Amino acid sequence: MSYYFTILSPTDVPLFNIAFGTSKSGGDGIARFRFPDTAQYMNQFIIHSSLDIVEEAQWMNGNMYLKHIDTYPPASAYISAFLTPSGARFLLLHQPPQLPNTGSATGAGGGGGSSGSILGGSFSASALGSSRASASSIAANPTSPQTEEAVRQFMTEVYENYVKTVMSPFYRQGMEIRSAVFRSRVTAAGRKWL
Amino acid sequence: MSSTTKASRIGEELWKTRVDKVNAELVTLTYGTIVAQLCQDYDGNYPEVNKQLEKMGYNIGMRLIEDFLAKSNVGRCANFRETADMIAKVGFRIFLNIAPTVTNWTSDNNQFSLVFDENPLADFVELPDDGRAQDELWFSNILCGVLRGALEMVQMQVEAHFVSDVLRGDDTTEMRVSLIRYIEDEMPPEEE
Repeated sequence: MSYYFTILSPTDVPLFNIAFGTSKSGGDGIARFRFPDTAQYMNQFIIHSSLDIVEEAQWMNGNMYLKHIDTYPPASAYISAFLTPSGARFLLLHQPPQLPNTGSATGAGGGGGSSGSILGGSFSASALGSSRASASSIAANPTSPQTEEAVRQFMTEVYENYVKTVMSPFYRQGMEIRSAVFRSRVTAAGRKWL
Repeated sequence: MSSTTKASRIGEELWKTRVDKVNAELVTLTYGTIVAQLCQDYDGNYPEVNKQLEKMGYNIGMRLIEDFLAKSNVGRCANFRETADMIAKVGFRIFLNIAPTVTNWTSDNNQFSLVFDENPLADFVELPDDGRAQDELWFSNILCGVLRGALEMVQMQVEAHFVSDVLRGDDTTEMRVSLIRYIEDEMPPEEE
């Protein structure tokens, strides 16, 4: 599973973003998206395109965590969202690893986009066979309750650190978050939960 | 050692009974705002910001000593070592609810270090990453001024400065305090 996490200000300005891979079931924490390295903007593209749905979903209930709200089947990208009371949006794009065509039961979870046409699958295939065997692992089921829970834990932890970061007297509202400490905490949260 | 534990006990007792408490974040955010504003006003001239903070602290210290003596009701310290314990275990306890460690005495007992395990002024703070703040700004420099001002009012001229700060990536936050001289009561100039 590869993740792309971004924080958007209330006016849709990106304040922070980070890409990382799963550390569960033997993952090495390195992101391996299905796009070639030259097309990583696709992640941002997909995330921003889900903003309309976020804006619809945010009024449905009083929760800050909106769970999985959007899917982009061609890249089998799943978007989860978390809102802060001040209007910042935390968006997490998760993309299950592309399975080899001989794929096993795990294919059911990653469903939609397992067509082999998208670039970038070749280098991840070898690592998959053994380590991604468990069908219940969060890596394989982007919409399962376990995944929703793991993402919630991740979002909550990031939120706590976000609050601390914006409390810094040298941070001004709407400024890009450049703090190395915050980045390392997000990385740590990702390693812990995702 | 016993004077340290005695001072700790006095500090704890006063903190529990005589001190009005305010929300820690109020203090942290107010102080943080002051420093951030100074950095902006002086256009990132951090040595100047340090100087202004020290000056503010000096003015606070000159008044604060009165409050400290009224609250604590402690008498004159016999020597500078006792003074150090009083500052660390009573002064810092009642005003900031921390008790830095007194250490690194010089052999002539005129210089010591205060090592801060925690620093409420610096909670949440990350120094600006402009490449200079990390080397030039002493975020909590107001404390140096407070000590200088307070001790001056009780006939001790001291010099205080930070030598390390966890905000800069150091392992500890350490302030060096040196006694320059005891200020003797000066006789008014004789009339001739």
